[in-house]
Amino acid sequence: MKQKVKAKVLSQKKLAEGIYDMWLFTELAGEARAGQFIGIYTGHEAFLLPRPISICEADKERKALRVVYRIAGRGTEIFSAWQPGDEAEILGVLGNGYPMEAGYGKQVILMGGGIGIPPMLQLAKELSMAGTKPAIVLGYRDNQLFLKEEFEKYGRVYVATEDGSVGTKGNVLTALVAERLTGDVMMACGPMPMLRAIKRYAEEKKMEAYISLEERMACGVGACLGCVCKTTHKDAHSHVNNARICTDGPVFDAREVDI
Amino acid sequence: MNTKVTIAGVELKNPVMTASGTFGSGMEYGDFVDLNRLGAVVTKGVANVPWPGNPVPRVAETYGGMLNAIGLQNPGVEVLIERDLPFLQQFDTKVIVNVCGKSVEDYLAVVERLGDTSVDMLEINVSCPNVKEGAIAFGQKAESLYDITSQIKAKAKQPVIMKLSPNVTDITEMARAAEAAGADAISLINTLTGMKIDVHKRSFVLANKTGGLSGPAIKPVAVRMVYQASHAVKIPVIGMGGIASGEDAIEFLLAGASAVAVGAMNFVNPYATVEVAEEIEAYMEKYGVEDIRELIGAVRE
Repeated sequence: MKQKVKAKVLSQKKLAEGIYDMWLFTELAGEARAGQFIGIYTGHEAFLLPRPISICEADKERKALRVVYRIAGRGTEIFSAWQPGDEAEILGVLGNGYPMEAGYGKQVILMGGGIGIPPMLQLAKELSMAGTKPAIVLGYRDNQLFLKEEFEKYGRVYVATEDGSVGTKGNVLTALVAERLTGDVMMACGPMPMLRAIKRYAEEKKMEAYISLEERMACGVGACLGCVCKTTHKDAHSHVNNARICTDGPVFDAREVDI
Repeated sequence: MNTKVTIAGVELKNPVMTASGTFGSGMEYGDFVDLNRLGAVVTKGVANVPWPGNPVPRVAETYGGMLNAIGLQNPGVEVLIERDLPFLQQFDTKVIVNVCGKSVEDYLAVVERLGDTSVDMLEINVSCPNVKEGAIAFGQKAESLYDITSQIKAKAKQPVIMKLSPNVTDITEMARAAEAAGADAISLINTLTGMKIDVHKRSFVLANKTGGLSGPAIKPVAVRMVYQASHAVKIPVIGMGGIASGEDAIEFLLAGASAVAVGAMNFVNPYATVEVAEEIEAYMEKYGVEDIRELIGAVRE
């Protein structure tokens, strides 16, 4: 059940320029699935709305959630100053997560671009624990390859960098083509141009693709209708080709969204 | 201790309602709060047919509040009747349906369609700043407001609350026009029109350019307008605008509101409505207030 709860900061470290890694102690870890997110509150009276941040890892035994986030404004800047022992307020667990059953026993390609990389870690872990070793394509700006080594535990990792300093020069799709990777299912998170390209590529190659979308949110629980995306079918909730990214997503079958 | 208030003959168990558009039709907040604890649930605005709303981004945070330009996306009155009303009927709370439209005929179609349902009251949205046709066009001129109010009153089977816009020069003129046309109550304030520009991208943050400002940042404006409106008319006033706590709610009651609605703060604190209801009771206990009606308009002049 969705709740707003207090969570103690267990650790905080800087992974790359502007990218931070924080573990939070919370019972919500027990319910979290790959591709879901939490809302993190700033604790500041002027910056009221919870910030939607994807779950990078969920450790059910330690009751700990890991978020790896980029400083994008005042809210995330406030988070980055939190130290172990500080208390945060969070809302969760939110969103639907990746459909694991679509990946089991298949050739799965995980694709993460930029700050879309973190949620792929929990997904890689869950798939690999279920015996499905994915191919993992990670797209970075430069040679600051945050989380890359951790992904190597769960599958073969291919890297693309925008500046060409490591791996294939370009984005995740350039790397996919350069490495001649094939598979049945793609699961992806990253910036909208990357997701659009993946949607097109999957349609061309007759592959399934599940993509995680992002939009400015207010409530995070499906009430405000702030974070909608265009859908190909009229959905049962809106009746107007608008799905709520926070509750109907953030993960969608690429064929079902008009992006 | 009595927390009951009566609006146009409808008794609410306490004065706490939800502000339209911030609570869906109650379902989304069922995980967080017991809807039985609320005086009334006010649904998101509903039109005669489904509306797709505005392009994204539709929301932006601002200092102490937020802007929204949802554009009244809604699934239409038939879905409300089939899905949302049966859900709300499970709870011991009053149901108020917020009605929107592009033309007077649109509004009348919804009002008539709801006539034989169990809905307790209708709130008429003539104050949404985010749609091009209808809505606020009826709420910024006293003559237009008078006209639409009287046409709706002629058809409505339930008591009618006119929801007023703060984006007017004189709120008392609008309040009087609604009352003169037969409105059973007025609610205010809807959002204040605002704008946010991203200085790094040199572009508007909202796709609609402008949006409605809500949240704690607007509370002093709302309290002032509720005070002015409640002194201008005899019909009950429902106060809203940035309510985050029981004390905020009391402020509106003292200013002259007979009931209050919690809006944007639902997005911040999904427990806000019930917490406000509990804090009102705590305030009454602390100050020995036997009947909540003693507080309505009780600010010392």
